[in-house]
Amino acid sequence: MASSTKHYPNRLGIVGWLLGGRWGLERYMYTLHRVTGLGILFYFVLHILVTSTRALGAEWWEGAMVRVGHPIFKIGEFLVFAAFVIHGLNGIRLIAIELGWAVGKAEEPVYPYRSSLHVQRPVLIGVMIVAAVFLALGGWDFLQVTH
Amino acid sequence: MRETKYWIWHLAAGVLILFLLGLHMAIMHLDSLFGAWGLNPSGGEAIAWNNVVARSRMAAMIVVYIALLGAALYHGFYGLRTIVFELGIGPALQKAVTVGLWTAGLCLFVLGAIAAIAAGRL
Repeated sequence: MASSTKHYPNRLGIVGWLLGGRWGLERYMYTLHRVTGLGILFYFVLHILVTSTRALGAEWWEGAMVRVGHPIFKIGEFLVFAAFVIHGLNGIRLIAIELGWAVGKAEEPVYPYRSSLHVQRPVLIGVMIVAAVFLALGGWDFLQVTH
Repeated sequence: MRETKYWIWHLAAGVLILFLLGLHMAIMHLDSLFGAWGLNPSGGEAIAWNNVVARSRMAAMIVVYIALLGAALYHGFYGLRTIVFELGIGPALQKAVTVGLWTAGLCLFVLGAIAAIAAGRL
């Protein structure tokens, strides 16, 4: 039997990433995951173009490094690091949920009901704490480099 | 079914990136530690030309660069495709976006891979 899926228009579009109503914390992580992902992708494309200059010799490489040596790029580099930490750690959380490892065990629906959020929320908070530790360590390292 | 397969590849690429990009960032920012492993043999900054040449000549680093390049391009462009599709575009535009992203991804992969291989002969 052929199955058909009814598609509904995504009326809010990108606006819905932030202004769709009273979202839960997980929904804001969904937005943050996408924003960090897009930021990393933008940087990565530039990074491929810049680092490919090494194949052209020392002069090209040194020239490229001078161009990206401006302090604004150092701040950008830290933002990319921060985006990688958040995107990577949250990605592990999403894979764990996708594979059913972070949603809790199935149980009888006895009142008061427990949802998978009882497991998912602590995992999310744990991920954010680990991300904060990495960001603090990375921020310290970047400050050492820039001073 | 095909989309499920693409999605699984997206997740697998993400896990691979986590390891390889973590390694890449550690090499670039923990110079003092990795200098001792011969990854920054000239000392100083990891982006110093002599260190770049030394790493570029290592076969293992060429493999890491190309694997990271492929995994990151696939993961990134598949993620971008998912975001664009969620905006509710029609089938014709979906196909154009898919072809455009594959073309851009392959061009960047070829550029990066050629640079990694050519830099190995410096």
